[in-house]
Amino acid sequence: MARPQLADLTVGDVVATRTVEIDRAALVRYAGASGDFNPIHWDERFATEVGLPGVIAHGMCTMGTVVDVVTDWVGDPGAIVRYGTRFTKPVPVPAGGAAAVEVTATVGAVDADAGTARIDLTVTHEGTKVLGRTQVLVRLS
Amino acid sequence: MATAVDPAFAGREYPATAPYSVGREKIREFAVAVGASHPAHHDLVAARGLGYPDLVAPPTFAVVIAQRAEQQYVADPDAGIDFSRVVHADETFTHHRPIVAGDELATVLHVDSVTQRAGISMVTTRCELFAVDAEGGDPGEHVATVTSSLVVRGEDS
Repeated sequence: MARPQLADLTVGDVVATRTVEIDRAALVRYAGASGDFNPIHWDERFATEVGLPGVIAHGMCTMGTVVDVVTDWVGDPGAIVRYGTRFTKPVPVPAGGAAAVEVTATVGAVDADAGTARIDLTVTHEGTKVLGRTQVLVRLS
Repeated sequence: MATAVDPAFAGREYPATAPYSVGREKIREFAVAVGASHPAHHDLVAARGLGYPDLVAPPTFAVVIAQRAEQQYVADPDAGIDFSRVVHADETFTHHRPIVAGDELATVLHVDSVTQRAGISMVTTRCELFAVDAEGGDPGEHVATVTSSLVVRGEDS
């Protein structure tokens, strides 16, 4: 697949969209892979005792999962030079089924001199933004 | 009894950690956990085809290394961070070069700021990851920077 070219990008272009599903098994898998065993991400009783509506996804699990849309678009994971986000709302993950997270990747800025593009991700769950100011800087030259 | 977050930790720098050995299977395991299906995370031939010496870590993999280093601060009772009152506020990764399997990475943790306002504390840490040799020799190439902010709710909020 052809790699995206800096010269072809215009600020505001939507370059990719995706819906990712996060279920309880994904949270357990992420806990093991990351070493983050905070029980709010797998123990319903603990989560409700500390005032949460139930088990919620690790913010880092959501952050790690949604960026794959950019990796696939750019075609090289090593091209991602900077990636940041703010965790604005938790993603509750039900005991059955999965939480659907909608991702839209838009060109936020193009820097021809640096050979980079900033891709902004809009990340929502049931119509609410769950990540804020999610920016991925990719090197394209 | 929860103690208050101690503002005196701001500006603190910790000694470099023992190196973390980035393994192929750990990269594959983490990639599966975040749904990162790009072949460069899984297949050595694909990674080398893109010019990398070994499997490439996903964009947020450095959190595995950074969160270990952050424990030096957040798990220190004197820091006054009650983890049952902590919410992760933000996270940023800067890759000076991609992390690849075979890397030995030592981390220097900095507490960049501790701010307090209306019963809420915010602490911002920065982890600087350096490539070292397997014996933990002098920090060499600067590989990545991971900044993370935590909000700690006070007793009454």
